Amino acid sequence: MERMFEWGGGVWGGVGLAALQVLAFMVVLLISLAFLLLMDRKVWAAVQLRKGPNVVGPFGLLQSFADFFKFVFKEIVIPAGANKTVFILAPILTLTLAFVGWAVVPVAPGWVIADLNVGVLYLFAISSLGVYGIIMGGWASNSKYPFLGALRSAAQMVSYEVSIGFVIITVLLLVGSMNLTDIVDSQAGGIWNWHAFLLRPDRILLFPVMFTMFVIFFISALAETNRPPFDLPEAESELVAGYQVEYSSTPYLLFMIGEYLNIVMMCAMLTILFFGGWHSPIPIPVGDMPDWLVSLGSFLMFAVKVIFFFFLFAMVKAIVPRYRYDQLMRLGWKIFLPTSLVAVILVSGYRVFTHQFGI
Amino acid sequence: MADDSAPIVEGDRKFTINFGPQHPAAHGVLRLVLDLDGEIVDRVDPHIGLLHRGTEKLIEYKTFLQALPYFDRLDYVAPMNQEHAYCLAIEKLAGIEVPRRAQFIRVIFSEIGRILSHLLNVTTQAMDVGALTPPLWGFEEREKLMVFYERASGSRMHAAYFRPGGVHQDLPPDLIEDIHKFCDPFLKVLDDIETLVTENRIFKQRNVDIGVVSVPDALAWGFSGVMVRGSGLAWDLRRAEPYEIYSELDFRIPIGKNGDCWDRYLCRIEEMRESIRIILQCIDKLPVGPVLPERSKFAPPRRSEMKTSMEALIHHFKLYTEGFHVPAGEVYACVEAPKGEFGVYLVADGTNRPYRLKIKAPGYAHLQAMDPLCRGHMLADVSAILGSLDIVFGEIDR
Repeated sequence: MERMFEWGGGVWGGVGLAALQVLAFMVVLLISLAFLLLMDRKVWAAVQLRKGPNVVGPFGLLQSFADFFKFVFKEIVIPAGANKTVFILAPILTLTLAFVGWAVVPVAPGWVIADLNVGVLYLFAISSLGVYGIIMGGWASNSKYPFLGALRSAAQMVSYEVSIGFVIITVLLLVGSMNLTDIVDSQAGGIWNWHAFLLRPDRILLFPVMFTMFVIFFISALAETNRPPFDLPEAESELVAGYQVEYSSTPYLLFMIGEYLNIVMMCAMLTILFFGGWHSPIPIPVGDMPDWLVSLGSFLMFAVKVIFFFFLFAMVKAIVPRYRYDQLMRLGWKIFLPTSLVAVILVSGYRVFTHQFGI
Repeated sequence: MADDSAPIVEGDRKFTINFGPQHPAAHGVLRLVLDLDGEIVDRVDPHIGLLHRGTEKLIEYKTFLQALPYFDRLDYVAPMNQEHAYCLAIEKLAGIEVPRRAQFIRVIFSEIGRILSHLLNVTTQAMDVGALTPPLWGFEEREKLMVFYERASGSRMHAAYFRPGGVHQDLPPDLIEDIHKFCDPFLKVLDDIETLVTENRIFKQRNVDIGVVSVPDALAWGFSGVMVRGSGLAWDLRRAEPYEIYSELDFRIPIGKNGDCWDRYLCRIEEMRESIRIILQCIDKLPVGPVLPERSKFAPPRRSEMKTSMEALIHHFKLYTEGFHVPAGEVYACVEAPKGEFGVYLVADGTNRPYRLKIKAPGYAHLQAMDPLCRGHMLADVSAILGSLDIVFGEIDR
């Protein structure tokens, strides 16, 4: 199953099929997001010795849908002094970009909307654009808290993207490809091949480096998605809700979905780059299982890993206090950036060395 | 610190924001007008009075007994501690002898109030720097303490339990037992909260060296309570001017070293442990006896007496309609409330009502230092400092 579809029925047939695939992907993504959101709240509640949402549906399973309808049926309030166009455009942009990024994410062998050969670059570009939604929202609100929140998030996302970039480069150096499917496949064959636990005999020297990179990527992902302890743009005890202060009803919902999509995206990135994507920790002999079964199994493995990282995100949120602005910058520029730079040098040095001597 | 801030060019426009009155970290209805230079705070201008209810004036039109419940509504986090100061003032002026059992009960509930207040403050201070879990852990314990309040007085918050001359009613024996049972597990919960917060790197980074108060500053600003103890001055009214039975009890006064937010946090945590020790000692030593003076003009007669004695019935009726008269004079009485020195200055003119009553709320003195404390810090530190000041607007706005 190389591609999900074959080019059949002329150009229009292909386009139609692609549109169907995109739609199916989005629906699955949104529905799983609804339950991930519930899980986030449940985990958080459990840490706080609460029960969490448990009224709507069995175990509160339908809570996210109830929330969705609550937001959708509310009146959209646009502040008098706001720039109307930009104000509405900002959440739409955030949501669109959050969706667009998923186009290159392979969730199982061959299960990908667009198998780009520069998938990593594409993702990086899209996630960099994400900051525009926040800046636009903060600026268009014409209010002081959102403005301050937007400024903070701009600085924050730019700083952490630098270290994320270098961390990704170390992975790219090891794999030698920017295609996400290739990156996953290079980690096949067991947990010792995963970039987070690189215990393969010929690369064991890189294990400490890559594990550090994994940790840095995880923390930077928290910062990139504005999650605690880096939730400064929406810091409740300082900026009330940051750039979202003036938003309500559907536009707020769009921001919210966009934000959570980005979080899940970061979990998927962690899975793909460091946790072997859909490959199981111990290789399972496929035998003569049908293709679809293998794909489904791979997809489930991928989903489990994403949920695991999402759980970590939720736990971090429940436990840590928030950094101050300057401390956040210090961590990003003075600790993560030099560390990841050194790692890039080490990994590339290792690659050149092994190549030269054919080890 | 102040010298880290960039020099501000004359004529630059400051970024002015309203921090409150509707703000999740404003601890009630505080409105701070902040002048910001980027993220750095240039000036803090606290605006108060949004919760002003005219308590002091209202009290002038109430009998001494009717005025008592107003004190629950000052610092509503630790209601009985305020009642205590008021009762002490009346007792001092009228020369009422408080029965020993009542004194012990008062101390037990004052210390419960201290735990109530510190538990709220310590955990919300963590919340002010972004940790969302500690408050819920703390509130679980506060709930138990409020049930003790309810079982003693019938009300979770606005107890009106301390009365001039003692306390309203005796404690049921199983309540005393339950308070005793509460103590040890609570220390474990306190340890749990500490593992989550105290040594947390981020929490320390956010609190160490933030909002430093030196001892001379603390004295000049009229601070009291944890605000001076955090700076290293062992000033505690329970030790300095012992009231009730505090002089018979064995407890320590935790003091800080640097006077920053973290030291104040640690002081409060330790004070809760000391409060538990005090409660346990009081329960051990609790004597048997009445909780209100017998045959006194300031306390109602016994129910059984009222069934047979006409005079007792008349006394009861007069006490709850006209109220008792307090001899003319002036008096100042204060207690070590959780937030600092809570004082009542009472002027009586011999009638059944206070002529004038002035309340000294510790939070008021602490809040006035917001500007010098926050100047040069960053915006995020404002909420951290505010959290460590332990502000409750009931007592500041009165």
